[in-house]
Amino acid sequence: MVAQNIVFGVLAVAMGLAAIRVVTTKNVVHAALYLVVVLAGVAALYILLAAEFIAVVQVIIYIGAIVLLILFGTMLTRAPIGRASDLDNDQRWLGVVVALLLLGVMGAVLADAFGSTKLPESPQIQRTGDVGLAIFQTYVVPFEVVSVLLLAALVGAVVIARRD
Amino acid sequence: MYLNQFLFLAAFLFCVGVYGVLARKNGVLVLMSIELILNAVNINLVAFGLFRESVAGQVFALFVIAVAAAEVGVGLAIVILIYRNRQSIDLTEVDMMKG
Repeated sequence: MVAQNIVFGVLAVAMGLAAIRVVTTKNVVHAALYLVVVLAGVAALYILLAAEFIAVVQVIIYIGAIVLLILFGTMLTRAPIGRASDLDNDQRWLGVVVALLLLGVMGAVLADAFGSTKLPESPQIQRTGDVGLAIFQTYVVPFEVVSVLLLAALVGAVVIARRD
Repeated sequence: MYLNQFLFLAAFLFCVGVYGVLARKNGVLVLMSIELILNAVNINLVAFGLFRESVAGQVFALFVIAVAAAEVGVGLAIVILIYRNRQSIDLTEVDMMKG
């Protein structure tokens, strides 16, 4: 239990700092690399939460595919690769106020609702096989809908970005 | 481990993502902030799945990851189209719908 809390603390500090750097850094490529740190931290949190399949999917899809897509987008739009001074608009103080207000409200609600609720000490382990069975038995219709959505989105992306 | 420590971290990531969406004007950086928000939601889903000892949280986190992949594909296509039409992805200049 103590080891898990130490690991969680280290991960939380690293992810928090990296997330703040994603939205404040002056360099688009650095922002993508800090995003990789946050995504890897989320994958480690999934391991901590005994969800190993989701952790592997996170590494493959988010760190592997989505960050690659974002870097391609940076390249194709010729975003400034070095330091740039005009990445923020003039609403940033309004943004800080809104984000802090939201954090305050959500923190108060969470503290009120789950003040000292503990996660189960020795949970019923949910193996990858159980996840697969759940997808293809209980949730098979949403699964098929998601696959059709993915196909439609990718065809739509090709149609939108085509050059003619 | 408390349930709340995961929920607080997810709430923090969500708020940082909201700040990024509001304050950034580069289209690619806005998409990155949206990824932060979606990851915060996924942490919540998996944490509640462990709390309820149910597999549904993990299954829904998988669905959110698939939808996030679709969203990033379409979003980048739109950003590239804006770049091609205006030679810039400054989102404050995309204001044709303003009266």
